[in-house]
Amino acid sequence: MSNVLFDVPGPKARLRHQILAVVGVIGVAGIVGFIGYRFYDSGQFAPKMWEWLQYTTIQEQLAERILATLKAFALGAVMAMLFGAILAAGKLSEHAIWRGPATVIVEVFRAIPLLIMIFFFYFGLPAIDIKMSQFTAVVVGLTLYNGSVLAEVFRAGIMSLPRGQTEAAYALGMRKTQVMVLVLLPQALRVMLPTIVSQLVVLLKDTALGFIINYKELLDYAKYLGGQGQFGRPLVPVTLVVAAIYVTMCLLLTWLAVTLEKRNRRDKKLTPIDTKALDDVAIPAASQSM
Amino acid sequence: MSHLPALVDGFLTTLALVALSFTGAFALGLVVVVLRIGPLGVLRAVGTGYVETFQNIPLLVWLVLFVFGLPEVGVRFPLFTTAVVVISLYEAAYVAEALRSGVNTVAQGQGEAARALGLTFGQTLRHVVVPQAARRVVQPLGNIGIALTMNTSLAAVAGVVELTASANRVNLVEALPIPIFVGAGLCYALLAAGIGGLAGLLERRLAT
Repeated sequence: MSNVLFDVPGPKARLRHQILAVVGVIGVAGIVGFIGYRFYDSGQFAPKMWEWLQYTTIQEQLAERILATLKAFALGAVMAMLFGAILAAGKLSEHAIWRGPATVIVEVFRAIPLLIMIFFFYFGLPAIDIKMSQFTAVVVGLTLYNGSVLAEVFRAGIMSLPRGQTEAAYALGMRKTQVMVLVLLPQALRVMLPTIVSQLVVLLKDTALGFIINYKELLDYAKYLGGQGQFGRPLVPVTLVVAAIYVTMCLLLTWLAVTLEKRNRRDKKLTPIDTKALDDVAIPAASQSM
Repeated sequence: MSHLPALVDGFLTTLALVALSFTGAFALGLVVVVLRIGPLGVLRAVGTGYVETFQNIPLLVWLVLFVFGLPEVGVRFPLFTTAVVVISLYEAAYVAEALRSGVNTVAQGQGEAARALGLTFGQTLRHVVVPQAARRVVQPLGNIGIALTMNTSLAAVAGVVELTASANRVNLVEALPIPIFVGAGLCYALLAAGIGGLAGLLERRLAT
């Protein structure tokens, strides 16, 4: 799209573009350089500030914390998908008894900050004798919030399919569940995948909220290590490393999803229409119409 | 009940945070999206780098880096300013993506026609693409506004006494966590509903 917004540049425009590019690069380099200089100037790049990286104990603890973050993410992601699928099914139901509550749940949990929910579970529920560990509070919060968002994504994905798909499936004599599982979901999943992935990235990032209630995850460790006097209180270096770890995890997640999706699509393309499978479908359909 | 003023103060701080951060995020997001759809490869890369960096690092990490890290390198701002700046920087990446997908929904022929008429890149954007994209962008921007409202609660961590922080403080004194947090949650829900309503209104206005 972006390439139709402007012409192929002529010699004058090319020169102008080159000047702009140079100015832009200098500007960006200036900002980055200034930040780097301030870091350097205040001794953030001093070897002492980075010494902690060499200790095996710290490396092991860091790995443990990454695992703790990933654990909260994995459980939260699975639960949120399940919860979202149930809510979406509720919202798409033709019975008002299911539709009403599902809509209310989605609207409420989408509109309350995750932090408030985590506070509520961790500080509020003990008042009525329900005690949650930090881990449970984080995972339940992640599930409720992201599940509600995903419910809307799922619903939108299914609604985006042409109505003819549903009608054709019904005309073939499929039942409601069959229409959903065999016809709508496989198509909708492909439409929804990018949105689901970006929501999962949000979920992965939101595990950092566990830090506030002292769930022992990555950011919590950064804060802890950053305050250790024996390493010269290396808060900035540690946070930079932790930020890099988060970027790596999120990009890996996105890459994984894209790769899976591509492979999935290629398989579909490579497989020509399987006539045998068509026969299998045709026979029960024919027998039903008798 | 005697703590109501504290909670109202917190709510007003949250409102201010939302308004200022959203303005900042929108302005910065505009700049980033122009970079990303512009003709300059280098600047496109800069825009992409910006979006990827800010979308893949948790807001809390940014807050910790800015709030606790900046004073270490000798840069001091009031906490409120820091919170506004960080939230603006973070949400600008999302605004830029929303705007870009809005621009992408405008049919290719529109851009080509504008080009055929001899309009420059800037003119094409201003007179042809933006008016058409604006309507489709309102709803996504509204969603970002709601997400931003939720995210201002993280400013509590940075030490800004907004709604979440004041609810937390009142709870420490009163020890009534359930009503206090439910109440605070409802305030946010109301705010979110307000933003959603506003977006709907704006969308209908732009539809004519």
